[in-house]
Amino acid sequence: MEIVYSCTRNICAYMPVVDRRAPCYGAPVCMVSDHHKDGGKPVKIGAPKEIEADEARVAMTPDSALQLQKLGYDCVIETGAGSAAGFSDAAYKDAGVEVVKTAAALWKAADIVAKVRPPTTAEAKRLREGQTLISFFYPGQNEKLMESARAKGANVIAMDMVPRISRAQKMDALSSMANIAGYRAVIEAGNNFGRFFTGQVTAAGKVPPAKVLVVGAGVAGLAAIGTSTSLGAITYAFDVRPEVAEQIESMGAEFVFLEFSDDELPDGAATGGYAPPQSPEFQAKQLEKFREIAPDMDIVITTALIPGRDAPVLWTKDMVEMMKPGSVVVDLAAERGGNCELTVKDEKIVSDNGVTIIGYTDFPSRMAAQSSTLYATNIRHMMTDLTPEKDGTVNHDMEDDVIRGATAVFDSEITFPPPPPKVAAIAAQPKAAPPPELTPAEKRALEVAEFKAQTKNQVILIGVGAALLLGVGLIAPASFMQHFIVFILSVFIGFQVIWNVAHSLHTPLMAVTNAISSIIILGALMQIGSSSVIITILAALGIFMAAVNIFGGFLVTRRMLAMFQKS
Amino acid sequence: MDFGFTIAAYAVAAVLFILSLGGLSGQESAKRAVWYGIVGMAIAVVATLIGPGSGLWLMSIILIAGGATVGYQLATKVQMTQMPELVAIMHSLVGLAAVFVGFNAHIEIGRVAAEFTANDLPFPQPEGPLSDMAYALLGQLSNFGELIGKKTGVEIGILRVELALGIWIGAVTFTGSVVAYGKLSGSSSMLPFKIDTGAIQLPGGHMLNAAAAGLSVILLIMYLSGSGGWTLVLLTLLALFIGYHLIMGIGGADMPVVVSMLNSYSGWAAAAIGFSLGNDLLIVVGALVGSSGAILSYIMCKAMNRSFVSVILGGFGGATGEQMAVEGEQIAIDADGVATALNEADSIVIIPGYGMAVAQAQQGVAELTRKLRAAGKEVRFAIHPVAGRLPGHMNVLLAEAKVPYDIVLEMDEINDDFPDTDVAIVIGSNDIVNPAAQDDPNSPIAGMPVLECWKAKQVFVSKRGQGTGYSGIENPLFYKENTRMFYGDAKASIDTLLPKID
Repeated sequence: MEIVYSCTRNICAYMPVVDRRAPCYGAPVCMVSDHHKDGGKPVKIGAPKEIEADEARVAMTPDSALQLQKLGYDCVIETGAGSAAGFSDAAYKDAGVEVVKTAAALWKAADIVAKVRPPTTAEAKRLREGQTLISFFYPGQNEKLMESARAKGANVIAMDMVPRISRAQKMDALSSMANIAGYRAVIEAGNNFGRFFTGQVTAAGKVPPAKVLVVGAGVAGLAAIGTSTSLGAITYAFDVRPEVAEQIESMGAEFVFLEFSDDELPDGAATGGYAPPQSPEFQAKQLEKFREIAPDMDIVITTALIPGRDAPVLWTKDMVEMMKPGSVVVDLAAERGGNCELTVKDEKIVSDNGVTIIGYTDFPSRMAAQSSTLYATNIRHMMTDLTPEKDGTVNHDMEDDVIRGATAVFDSEITFPPPPPKVAAIAAQPKAAPPPELTPAEKRALEVAEFKAQTKNQVILIGVGAALLLGVGLIAPASFMQHFIVFILSVFIGFQVIWNVAHSLHTPLMAVTNAISSIIILGALMQIGSSSVIITILAALGIFMAAVNIFGGFLVTRRMLAMFQKS
Repeated sequence: MDFGFTIAAYAVAAVLFILSLGGLSGQESAKRAVWYGIVGMAIAVVATLIGPGSGLWLMSIILIAGGATVGYQLATKVQMTQMPELVAIMHSLVGLAAVFVGFNAHIEIGRVAAEFTANDLPFPQPEGPLSDMAYALLGQLSNFGELIGKKTGVEIGILRVELALGIWIGAVTFTGSVVAYGKLSGSSSMLPFKIDTGAIQLPGGHMLNAAAAGLSVILLIMYLSGSGGWTLVLLTLLALFIGYHLIMGIGGADMPVVVSMLNSYSGWAAAAIGFSLGNDLLIVVGALVGSSGAILSYIMCKAMNRSFVSVILGGFGGATGEQMAVEGEQIAIDADGVATALNEADSIVIIPGYGMAVAQAQQGVAELTRKLRAAGKEVRFAIHPVAGRLPGHMNVLLAEAKVPYDIVLEMDEINDDFPDTDVAIVIGSNDIVNPAAQDDPNSPIAGMPVLECWKAKQVFVSKRGQGTGYSGIENPLFYKENTRMFYGDAKASIDTLLPKID
């Protein structure tokens, strides 16, 4: 049989049953690769209904399905999967998505399963060899799940492991969810706060503006700052990374400064843009500052998380007690134990002194339509990267930083944790040592040395100049030297005077010097009286040209200078 | 005959000229300074007319009046954007006048020598007091002839060196200026022939110039040893060639240096002629102009971080390795985008370049400035020393468009302010905002001081197309993340932008 190499890849990337390393000979002659787009059935991407009770999000929207189909995939969805987020089965059908009745049917039909939450144990059992799962996975905490996927021979792409580099931003689902959480946190706080955010002076009395403190200026924190300031509250923000002060201020909040020397501060660049753990002294200082401002704050939103660790306690019980009744604390770190000491995960409680503390962990799910749209787009971008040729076949390129970073299980091997990406997320902060402070004695020494060098230069110049002059004087007659002195002095005056001319007046200077260089007219005037005809003619021409120059030069200078106006 | 009165008048004129140049240190005093120059010139000319130049004075006055008419026409008709061309072409007149005056001096020497020989008197004069016969003869000669007649052998020799030098420099200035004019004016040139604006050299390059200069020296020596007038004519022709070929080989981007250099030459030519005529005022003014041009050239060269020699020898040199590759892409933006950013910005810095002059966009830019300032925004201009084709070119253009000069700042004054600037707009400039000068040691312009506009929060570059500009150097600024390219003719771009600003 003739082998036609019409497939651009010699090694087939997507090959569920047969040996993956078998060469793909392309359709229609490729015998081993019945999966091929032209030869076999198209690859299907499916989104099941989320199992967890309060999860309203869905990993595929009708819009994202349309985009996925453009990549060459077929889409399939479990009935009712999008209903909680406001996407009906009919909408999916209109977008060309196949709707299947049961979860079992979906897992069977789909070659690629897109989900929001990590799979439950039951769901993990449904994975089969060659199937790819894309969802939040938290591989660091779900080792058993990872192992079971490996055992089944399925590939897992963890959306929470997408590296934080510029190229991968479009699929950074953590950021898009954090953005929603930050927004929702302010809305939730407002819902439980009995007053306006913005200050108003009304006929019925004056309303002071609410004071909001946002702790942690990551994506969620910045979103919260933006929402809070646009509602009109006075917003303060704190972060352990001093370099985000600028971002905070750009969002309209005031950065709460801690007085601390620079080298004791952590460098956010070393941990991929996340805030690193802090020293005990720093933490003490930080708590002290919070205690100082706690009584003034009406709303506190905490978003401080350290990767791979429990959330640090930043808002202690005594701080809550200092707050006014009716104040609200929203703890976005509740999932990991909470930044506030009193936080109860997934619940809203009211403290003894009437402060509401919200510990919900499902803020994105509370805005399911928005979060589904963003998440589905993140998934779609991930698929775009996995399908570089838009031909409906997955090229799981483990050389690619982003795909490698996000992949937790591949080819029956656990590939977590990934090696550090080749591109650093944020350029390391240059910590250039400041030039050492000079002591007065050193400064003085420098000045003296400089002065000496200058003097030396000048003396050499004067010496050489004088020697040259003397040399000329030895040969030339006195009548020449009289003029020569005038010449030397004029050059000297010229140098002294011209250095002071303003930069902006360089063009007028040229026009003026041009005009006065027509002083050559004097020579022509002196010669024109000669009895020789040719001398007279040449001199006359000289006078004429010089006259053009005199008048032209001065007039144009005056024209230019008249234009310079002060505001 | 000595003219005590004339010399006194010359002294006054010299002082006035010095004051005139000194007054250019500030915009306000400059207006007064021009009057000093005008009065100085008037005193000098009148004193000469009454004194040593009294022969044919009526004809002189008529000629001056004729020149005045032409000069007036030139000065009032010229567009401010054409200022570099005007200055260049006027230099050529000075150069040519110097050549004529120098030749006259040569002819006069010959005539005086002939007179003396006809009367059986020695010429040049031997050392010691003059004989009565010689005195009598001197009385019949013109003023200048009398001066020559008195000279001894050594003095005549020096006189010949001076006039040959005057002619040589004058001739170089003449053709150099004409070529510079042709290059600067481009298609609007009034010359009967076209001059290519690129750097072009005949085969042989600078060797040809060196050979011509060497030959000039030989001819000068031959002239001094009495080989006759043809050596002087040949010398002039060689100088004319050097002027042409030297400036022909210098690219358009180096024109500011060329123009100020020619300015300097015209001064030295005048000074050399002053020596040969024994006229101190000519020497003083020539020296002033010469040093002024030299300093301007020096300032320009320093602003480009290049040595004077490398500019004169033409072309960029000294790149030692591969230039850094530029990564990223140029992102275009439309007028709406620019307008939105401008409306939101508080502080704006505009960086004009030659492109603004070419497109005649200075009025639009000034109008934009007025609108933005009226909206309470801080608008400033950043001028690089070599922006444009003439030292201070941009200042003059902005002044013409009535931009107040106190918001027009120099590079050193504004460079530190860019990090606090919301929007920087680059209009038709390229190399002077090229970060490669700082980042890339292999760049041809490495080390040249540049305007650090990329430190502003946002940079808009108004540019005709994606080309690399006059010098052909890639500009990484255009690829920076905070840079947006606003393509199109500068004037058209600003005009579409204007109605969108509120």
